[in-house]
Amino acid sequence: MSFLAQIGSVLLLFLAASGRLTLFALTGLAHCFRPPIYLRLIGRQMVDMGYYSLPVVGLTTLFSGMVLALQTYTGFARFNAESAIANVVVLSITRELGPVLAGLMVAGRIGASMAAELGTMRVTEQIDALSTLSTNPFKYLVAPRLIAGVTMLPLLVLVGDVIGVFGGYLVSVYKLGFNAGIYIHRTLDILETQDVVSGLVKAAVFGFIISLMGCYHGYNSRGGAQGVGVATTNAVVSAAILILIFNYIITELFFAK
Amino acid sequence: MSPPAPKIRIRGLRKAFGPKLVLDGIDLDVPDGQSLVVIGGSGTGKSVLIKCVLGIHTPDSGSIEIDGEEVTGLSAAERERVNRKFGMLFQGGALFDSLPVWENVAFGLIEGKGMRREAAKPRALVKLAQVGLTTEVAELSPSELSGGMQKRVALARAIATEPEIIFFDEPTTGLDPIMADVINGLIRKCVRELGATALSITHDMASVRKIADHVAMLYGGRIIWSGPVARLDESGNAHVDQFIHGRAEGPIQMQVRN
Repeated sequence: MSFLAQIGSVLLLFLAASGRLTLFALTGLAHCFRPPIYLRLIGRQMVDMGYYSLPVVGLTTLFSGMVLALQTYTGFARFNAESAIANVVVLSITRELGPVLAGLMVAGRIGASMAAELGTMRVTEQIDALSTLSTNPFKYLVAPRLIAGVTMLPLLVLVGDVIGVFGGYLVSVYKLGFNAGIYIHRTLDILETQDVVSGLVKAAVFGFIISLMGCYHGYNSRGGAQGVGVATTNAVVSAAILILIFNYIITELFFAK
Repeated sequence: MSPPAPKIRIRGLRKAFGPKLVLDGIDLDVPDGQSLVVIGGSGTGKSVLIKCVLGIHTPDSGSIEIDGEEVTGLSAAERERVNRKFGMLFQGGALFDSLPVWENVAFGLIEGKGMRREAAKPRALVKLAQVGLTTEVAELSPSELSGGMQKRVALARAIATEPEIIFFDEPTTGLDPIMADVINGLIRKCVRELGATALSITHDMASVRKIADHVAMLYGGRIIWSGPVARLDESGNAHVDQFIHGRAEGPIQMQVRN
């Protein structure tokens, strides 16, 4: 009986947490569309999330594209199918690796920073101070970060896609001796709009998840420096897990026959 | 003739955090234009009381009226309207470390009252001057200031919108006695100049005697004594006597683990 009670209490805690997160997300979303809109803050978050994440995302996708070309070559050579490298690289990067790797890297960089910043603001009463200065913390802190997440990650992924495909091109042409013109022709030939669009939709969802997790855990952090540390860890871990779960769901929606 | 209605009227206020009952039926009136200081030991719920009035905590039951308007259960938009009457000095200052000092002071003017930044900056500089800070300080980050200067900036921010009601949460905590006296003097001066109503919480008796018109003592989740500051030493209440004289012996027993 006590075992059942334990399962029940865990389930109740999970449901309560899910409810709190859903309410938080809905409140944050509602404030994205309700004036006043803080354009300066949105711009600042966009620069932080988009521009300053470019090196991380660029390097990640570049080397992923290079490794992918190398691994595909060694694997496909066993079946004399080396010519499919360009197809494999461009489809893998645009559909999966671009959005997932960019999402995970940005979750580590930005999700953690959001949770730490909001967590510190919570424990030093800065969020309470916002309320006393007639400023809604959701509108001032959460909404700009959600907007920046949803808009910036697709742009990052778009850039990452190009860099990743370029990484595959570099290895294929300069190391494996492929003809540059044929490689580019095959890349463009196999690529369809849906491949890129699915990746960008994933990126928008992942951007929302990263901002939501960073804000939610930071906003609700408790107990000083340790609480901020816990919030930061939880923000990154929960964002990474949700990114992988939603990656499957969106892939299923786009590509399942 | 009936007495004038209090600026803040609290009745039967109860607030618990889980099994811990912090406020157990608070009844308190803050007269218009007067300074009321709530005293009490650490952990007696003084901050919770102020945060219930500010709408940061939602009370479990009871009534809080501001200018005769019931403010418990207000929507977020209505709460923003009521909060425009308030200024608050937080215990730790709670300055926004992402903004320079002048923007901290002007925050309520820019975001709360929709004033343009160019118009708000001179107002912020005037408020900084009122608390004894020069224009050089205005461009610094809060982290570059000493504790006393941060308290002054926080005070300037609290009075910048010229609020009707100002809350002070432990305004002298962490300051040396001289700086604490400076801050107390500034609080007294600013509140008088604005003609504001002030609700403060502290356990610093020097602060109480300097800034209070009326004093109320919070103990066991209730107000056990209230009266004019001049009667504080003749309260006839053993709890108050023990507290104001800082005696370990008396009816208030601190939990000390042996």
